[in-house]
Amino acid sequence: MDCLKTRGRIFDIQRFSVHDGPGVRTIVFFKGCFLRCRWCCNPESQEYEIQQMVRDGRAQTVGYDVTVAEVMEQVEKDRVYYRRSNGGVTLSGGEVLAQPKFAASLLCACKQAGINTAIESTACAPFEVIEELLPYLDLYLLDIKHLNSEKHKQFTTKSNDLILENAKKIAKSTTELIIRVPVVPTFNDTVDEIADIAGFAARLDGVKEIHLLPYHRLGTDKYAGLGRHYEMDDIQPPDDAKMRRLLDAAKRSGLNCKIGG
Amino acid sequence: MRSECVNEIVKSQRIDKLIDALYDHIPEIEADRAVLLTQAYKATESEPIITRRAKAFKNILENIPITIRDGELVVGSATKSARGCQTFPEFSFKWLQDEFETVSTRAFDPFYISTKTRNSLEEAHRYWDGKTTSDLAESYMSKETKLAIEHNIFTPGNYFYNGVGHVTVNYGEILQFGYEGIIEKAKAALEKLEPSDAEFCQHSHFLNAVIMSCEAAIRYAERYAELAARLARDEKDETRKAELGAIAQNCSRVPRKGASSFYEACQSFWFVQMLIQVESSGHSISPGRFDQYMYPYFKRDIEEGKITVERAQELLDCIWVKLNDLNKVRDVASAEGFSGYSLFQNLIVGGQDGEGNDVTNELSYMCIEASMHVRLPQPSLSVRVWNKTPHSLLIKAATLTRTGVGLPAYYNDEVIIPSLINRGLTISDARDYNIIGCVEPQKSGKTEGWHDAAFYNMCRPLELVFSRGVDEGVQIGPVTDDVTKMKSFEEFFEAYKTQNEYMIKLLVNADNAIDVAHAQRCPLPFLSSMIDDCIGRGRSVQEGGAVYNFTGPQGFGIANMTDSMWAIKKLVFEQKKYTLQDFKNALSDNFGKDTDKYRAEKITVKIAKELCAKGKIVNNAEIEEIFRAVSSNNCSVEKQAFYDRLLDDIFSLEKYGNDIRQVDEFAREIAYTYTKPLENYKNPRGGQFQAGLYPVSANVPLGAQTGATPDGRPANTPIADGVSPASGRDVNGPTAAANSVARLDHFIASNGTLFNMKFHPSALSGQSGLESFVALVRGYFDQKGSHMQFNVVSREVLLDAQKNPDKYKSLVVRVAGYSALFTTLSRSLQDDIIMRTEQGGF
Repeated sequence: MDCLKTRGRIFDIQRFSVHDGPGVRTIVFFKGCFLRCRWCCNPESQEYEIQQMVRDGRAQTVGYDVTVAEVMEQVEKDRVYYRRSNGGVTLSGGEVLAQPKFAASLLCACKQAGINTAIESTACAPFEVIEELLPYLDLYLLDIKHLNSEKHKQFTTKSNDLILENAKKIAKSTTELIIRVPVVPTFNDTVDEIADIAGFAARLDGVKEIHLLPYHRLGTDKYAGLGRHYEMDDIQPPDDAKMRRLLDAAKRSGLNCKIGG
Repeated sequence: MRSECVNEIVKSQRIDKLIDALYDHIPEIEADRAVLLTQAYKATESEPIITRRAKAFKNILENIPITIRDGELVVGSATKSARGCQTFPEFSFKWLQDEFETVSTRAFDPFYISTKTRNSLEEAHRYWDGKTTSDLAESYMSKETKLAIEHNIFTPGNYFYNGVGHVTVNYGEILQFGYEGIIEKAKAALEKLEPSDAEFCQHSHFLNAVIMSCEAAIRYAERYAELAARLARDEKDETRKAELGAIAQNCSRVPRKGASSFYEACQSFWFVQMLIQVESSGHSISPGRFDQYMYPYFKRDIEEGKITVERAQELLDCIWVKLNDLNKVRDVASAEGFSGYSLFQNLIVGGQDGEGNDVTNELSYMCIEASMHVRLPQPSLSVRVWNKTPHSLLIKAATLTRTGVGLPAYYNDEVIIPSLINRGLTISDARDYNIIGCVEPQKSGKTEGWHDAAFYNMCRPLELVFSRGVDEGVQIGPVTDDVTKMKSFEEFFEAYKTQNEYMIKLLVNADNAIDVAHAQRCPLPFLSSMIDDCIGRGRSVQEGGAVYNFTGPQGFGIANMTDSMWAIKKLVFEQKKYTLQDFKNALSDNFGKDTDKYRAEKITVKIAKELCAKGKIVNNAEIEEIFRAVSSNNCSVEKQAFYDRLLDDIFSLEKYGNDIRQVDEFAREIAYTYTKPLENYKNPRGGQFQAGLYPVSANVPLGAQTGATPDGRPANTPIADGVSPASGRDVNGPTAAANSVARLDHFIASNGTLFNMKFHPSALSGQSGLESFVALVRGYFDQKGSHMQFNVVSREVLLDAQKNPDKYKSLVVRVAGYSALFTTLSRSLQDDIIMRTEQGGF
């Protein structure tokens, strides 16, 4: 099978993940991303190049090249748990769409092996790229961070035009679509901003669910490890009360909404 | 099924009051049983032992002080004080005598002892010198066996010094027919005997002893009926007065007769459970399939409207509290091995009946609910899992797991049933199994399983390979080949098998010696009255009266042995980076690490003694100097650098617990070195030896007696527990660890395997957390693992994990949106999770 030979670049495979799609899942983290979100908790995922990073006082190499077959060997190990939980594989990143051929091959291999598939992605790529993946994709966890293009660009380096256009197209496909919103103070943590996103999501065909993911500071050490400055050092995670307010705002769209994945 | 039983049920206010009263002071040792026992023994010197045992039991039950604690609905206490304990000098007493001074202040499981009690016990103990089961057992052991025990190769201490216990009786039979039913059965058997029968003497004495014991139990309950009636008369509070009246009525009916209500069944159960633990000191008296034998009474009362679910739950909760009222004092070493005042009364819910139907019922859920209500260590709650187990039962069980009480343990019918059939049980008996103590499966009411027969340290024979059978200057094992001359891994592995198999033989000798001693000195007529087919065969369980007989000593150290053998195979024979001489040096130098204090003290004492023997007088300053010299590693800089490199190379090898097929298959072979030879041996009751692979908590103290191992484990540190990966070496998450452990052959270890996993409560949060957790259990069981238990750790543990990351390398926490190994997270992230835990998370 050809797709098994396709090579790609990842920086981790995480097993027994339970919040990125249904059931028990194995997450494959792609290396390389189109955006540079200020709050990104996986800064080591952004560059496609293999990098050195200091963690726990030790130098580590981040990123390695693998074939689809090699990834599948890891994926197969937890098949029994997918079966018991309706789980499967989620491709995450970085940005999955930055390695389209690898992503398509890996998703295709999973489907051929009878394994449920999901991707966690910003959809910030030409729709032709996404279209290639959809036949092999059960669930698209799509990040929509803001409806205001300017603000989006300011915080992520890219405008949201392509993302919003793609969202409409993905919604028309048979792939299940869930909208995920990272709730980031100073960026999009007001009732109006969240309500706008939820309203947009509600107008898409077939979207049933929104996940609000509260900003967290869990990646801050990694910036230092990469020798980078963390721009959001003074931002605190939103408290529970605020999250509940935003949840209520999102719910007014009529969609199922929850905090966390 | 009634849905109100599946969901949360309100806890009665009574329960917390009972619990508070139970724990308001440290447990106390009482002397009444020992005194009454000794009195009876003195009066019966010329009679057969079985008769003496029955008469002693009768004397105890007729005269031991009885008490009804405030607010109790189910009564019967072995001691006046809450959580107190009686003593059992017929098994052993010297250790207690030696510990009179220290037992109230020791670190593990202290007990208060009054001067009066102490004096009474000292007086009683005078009778017992040379008369205990332990004295007799020792005289039955070979010289080599005693040497192996002395050198900590294995530890049969449990039954050597105590009763055997580890049994589940026919609770259902007593609930149904009462002790009058048993007496009738014994009388019928007596009638069939002819005085001219060859075995008339033994059989008739045994049957009469059974009758006397059952009558004693009936009389004991009547004493409670009288006490309750008296208390009721004096009681001012009308509600309590009525409760005491009901108690009096219950105790006058059960366990004499069959129970006529759920409440009576609860009371009857409790008398059986408690009295077994007055007859003998054996622990792990396991209630077994409580949800099954109690169910007919529950169902009838509910259907007839005689009881509400809330009331039934309250009665269950009361029993749960009572199970924590029983206690047992152990010697200081055993107290460490079984720490936490644990009695291992294993109660199991769910599973199938003899015909293979799932028999989960309302009580299965309510038993889990009871453990949530009381949040106490007893009973050791277990859940049977098979393909037809209702999902809702597992979700309920997972909800209990999430509370962090360490309960329930999960057992796999799909492994245990075939493994028992392989040991000779009928399919119907195998399907009806329950768990004894920690993890040991058996068929209730038919088995003398001798389940916890010894701790066997699989790492010790490996040390003997390097020393050619010599330990601390003494030849305790066979003289195997010099490791420095070995040419292949196979040769090395063979030498291990030789040492191991020799020690297993001695282990068998030790167990059988103790077994015979129990039969001859402490047959138990009361217990035997409730185990088939003692009455039919006319002999006690200790003499082979049970239908199924086993001896199950438990091996531990699979993970360390696997990683050790793998290191030798790879580094010495495949990569040829090091020689066996290098390993030999490294182990004897403890990889250049300072000697552990415990070990250093031991060596210092030995040297000082040797010097004294040579006529030298050693003063304190010299002793301190010896200690300093012994403690420091004395390694040159070059040597130290060499050992550091060796350790680095060992650590970078693949390890058991990471889902690496070759390593895991190797582990399977290592486990066979213990489980397979053991199958070949027989016990004096006509049964077979069968291995278990679990350590209780003995992997810590017994690890302290074990030198460095080739897996890089420093001398005197804990050995891996059960079949779990060595602490901190499984770094690929819970599914990887589970897959590794499932690659062992769990069928052959039919005395049980123990797989322990640590989780943070966050990993089980929300419905999806519970669902994923259940999938993990199901997935492990699909791959034919036998048992799983979970340690859901608290905030305190997380703080400790920050300080000692090496101890917690496999601790899983749920981070926002994903689960991760706690120690791999950054400090700030760790702090964040700890903080979040305090808030309860989302």
